[in-house]
Amino acid sequence: MSDRFSKVGAAIARLLPLLIFLASLGAWEAIVRLEHIPAYILPAPSLIAKTLVADWRVLSASLLVTLKTTFEALFAAALGGFALAILFAQWKWVERSFFPFAVTLQVTPVVAIAPLLLVYMQPHSAVLVCAFLVAFFPILSNTTLGLASADHNLIDLFDLYGASRWRQLLLLRLPSALPYFLAGLRIGGGLALIGAIVAEIAAGSAGQGSGLAFRIVESAYRLNIPRMFAALFLISVTGICIFVFFTALSRLLLREWHESERTRDS
Amino acid sequence: MPEPSTGFARQSAASGATGLLLKLRHIGKTFPNDVVALRDFNLDLQAGEFLTLLGPSGCGKSTVLRLIAGLSKPSSGALAWGGNEDVQERPTIGFVFQDPTLTPWSNVFDNVWLPLRLRNVGRRQAAPRIDEVLELVGLSAFAKARPRELSGGMRMRVSIARALVVRPSLLLMDEPFAALDEITRFKLNDDLVRLKQELAMTVVFVTHSIFESVYLSTRIAVFGERPGRVAATISIDSSLRRDGDFRTSVAYAERCREVSQALTGAIEGAPAP
Repeated sequence: MSDRFSKVGAAIARLLPLLIFLASLGAWEAIVRLEHIPAYILPAPSLIAKTLVADWRVLSASLLVTLKTTFEALFAAALGGFALAILFAQWKWVERSFFPFAVTLQVTPVVAIAPLLLVYMQPHSAVLVCAFLVAFFPILSNTTLGLASADHNLIDLFDLYGASRWRQLLLLRLPSALPYFLAGLRIGGGLALIGAIVAEIAAGSAGQGSGLAFRIVESAYRLNIPRMFAALFLISVTGICIFVFFTALSRLLLREWHESERTRDS
Repeated sequence: MPEPSTGFARQSAASGATGLLLKLRHIGKTFPNDVVALRDFNLDLQAGEFLTLLGPSGCGKSTVLRLIAGLSKPSSGALAWGGNEDVQERPTIGFVFQDPTLTPWSNVFDNVWLPLRLRNVGRRQAAPRIDEVLELVGLSAFAKARPRELSGGMRMRVSIARALVVRPSLLLMDEPFAALDEITRFKLNDDLVRLKQELAMTVVFVTHSIFESVYLSTRIAVFGERPGRVAATISIDSSLRRDGDFRTSVAYAERCREVSQALTGAIEGAPAP
């Protein structure tokens, strides 16, 4: 009897996040209907869903633009951050010389850089560079940390058997850095999306951008609030998908050996 | 690279001969933070002996081991291999650290392969030798296991197998069993005694356990406080059988007392007899 209860309890516990999410949507819908809140102030979830379907042609085109920017920027940031981290690890003077630049770029808010970039570049390139800049640093600093975190006794062992620096990099430092690199990708993925959105908003008035953030700005001007929410919804879903993807990738690559992906008994 | 099946035997014939293997003379070692680890340090290492460096923490035992391995250079003085100052070439060395220091991403087989891999021996070519050393440490059944699936004692066995796979004539061990429970430590002590005899290696072993040093060694170098120096050397009759009976024998207890007194004397700075 108690066993059956505990099974039902476990099922409810598993569904709890979903139930709470659905309950909040229901409450939102109910408040909008009962209070007769006009759609141009707060649209009900059902209207947002309808808008999503009705405006899908426009929205999907914008989604594609934002996705493309995000992934191009993330790809470049991953490649650049990884390569620079390796240079940092192999030659300390490179790290000393270039790290201040990387830090300066990181601590300067991307919103402040975007208008400047728009002066020098085409809106599309400027958006791409903004997204790249915010995604680049966490990947660089995480990978640098990972490459430096190789076990010192193992480094001694490599020295004892006369391994070259590149051999040490390949067989010891890179595998040691993999969990850090993946964590950097997970952070960088989310930031690339944020960078793309921020830059699109900054570029919005330039009129050539047509990503999701541009749709939000445009819909605001036209007081098309349901479409604003629909675009917002797509941005959130994109962010969640990026996070879930990199979490799964990390689990897939590390579950065999790294402590972070171990499942514990209790 | 010797043939897999005959390598150890051939080597035991080569290093079975006694004689001076290494002479450390007037060695000084000062670290970048100005800590003087060794000052005018002298030590002879005979081929075929089991020498234990015994002393308190931070007395420079590990520094001596790292100098012998070539992982660290002396600030002054020199190492003379075979007693000859001109000979700079080291014999084949195996090194076992205090922690197993395995690579968690590779399995036991690949961990043991690592030293050979660094010497450009392919996996298939190395396989017979890896199987051989895994057999020696009793881990043949665990070649495919990852380090995290093994107990602390088994991980240390993998680490020992990794040191043995290069067929060292000199095995250096830096407090390898310090982190293990006593039952496991006794078992690994017995294994080490057996391996030392089977493979006819010279062993330099660092520990701060008097009991372990007496059980394992043919000679014990007792260190005083930093800067490290050998305050006393005590020979343990190599003809004594090292087994469970020895551990509870009067001779063992007397040796332990002798070493203990020498250690106390060394730490208190009393001049060595």
